[in-house]
Amino acid sequence: MENFTPVPAFAGGLLIGLSAVIMLLFNGRITGISGIMDGIVINSKHGDRVWRICFLLGLVLGGFLFKLIMPDSFIPRDGFSLVLLITGGFIVGIGTRMGSGCTSGHGICGIARFSRRSILATVTFMLTGAITVYLIRHMAF
Amino acid sequence: MNRIIISSISGILFGVGLGVSEMINPNKVLAFLDVTGDWDPSLAFVMAGALLITTIIFRLILKRDRPIFDHHFKLPTKQELDPHLIGGAALFGIGWGMTGYCPGPAIAAIGMGLQEPVIMVLAIIAGFHAHKFIFDK
Repeated sequence: MENFTPVPAFAGGLLIGLSAVIMLLFNGRITGISGIMDGIVINSKHGDRVWRICFLLGLVLGGFLFKLIMPDSFIPRDGFSLVLLITGGFIVGIGTRMGSGCTSGHGICGIARFSRRSILATVTFMLTGAITVYLIRHMAF
Repeated sequence: MNRIIISSISGILFGVGLGVSEMINPNKVLAFLDVTGDWDPSLAFVMAGALLITTIIFRLILKRDRPIFDHHFKLPTKQELDPHLIGGAALFGIGWGMTGYCPGPAIAAIGMGLQEPVIMVLAIIAGFHAHKFIFDK
């Protein structure tokens, strides 16, 4: 556990929680990233797109600001398998739409509302995620 | 206009939070999922931090009749624990374990000027279209 960073992890988590609280209090919306994306690229409704685009642009800007403030926080990985990345991304796309959410919508907002669906979804994706990493890293799959 | 400002601020906070917690780094996420390897429990602390805030404050917010800048709250209404939910979450976990990216960090990591998350996001969008093609008859 030499890379374990509980303090920044918890602090970053507080910021993410604050982000979700602001969204619900002012806009009455759940901060679920896959759902927000879906409302732009698939189920796009007139007058319901701009806030979504602004949220996602804010997310990109947040990543940019982080890099600006802490440029040496970690070394980005290099030479990761393109096949794994594209296949995995495609599966994430199908899975998050089938399961109506991802880590943010189910894991943070849903669990906070004690939604049975979100609790079940979160346990499920944590489990299959861990099994997948086990197979890839330890079974030379 | 107010709603747009709020969603921009919310997005920025979320992105910075993913950076500070280093969830923007797919290797960090994979180290959390690698429970039998050199396990890094940081992701659990990110969720604990976020849930500490949301669990308490969502409760208070939802006592209101309406959000500040809209007429009503838009919350998920489905209750059933159906095969779609479980199958979808299972698939999502597989893709997450293959790449180390879920949708939020993939989008935020684009802001770090990296190419990898751009490909990831395009692949996710392709998956959205595939889902629509398969399930929307």
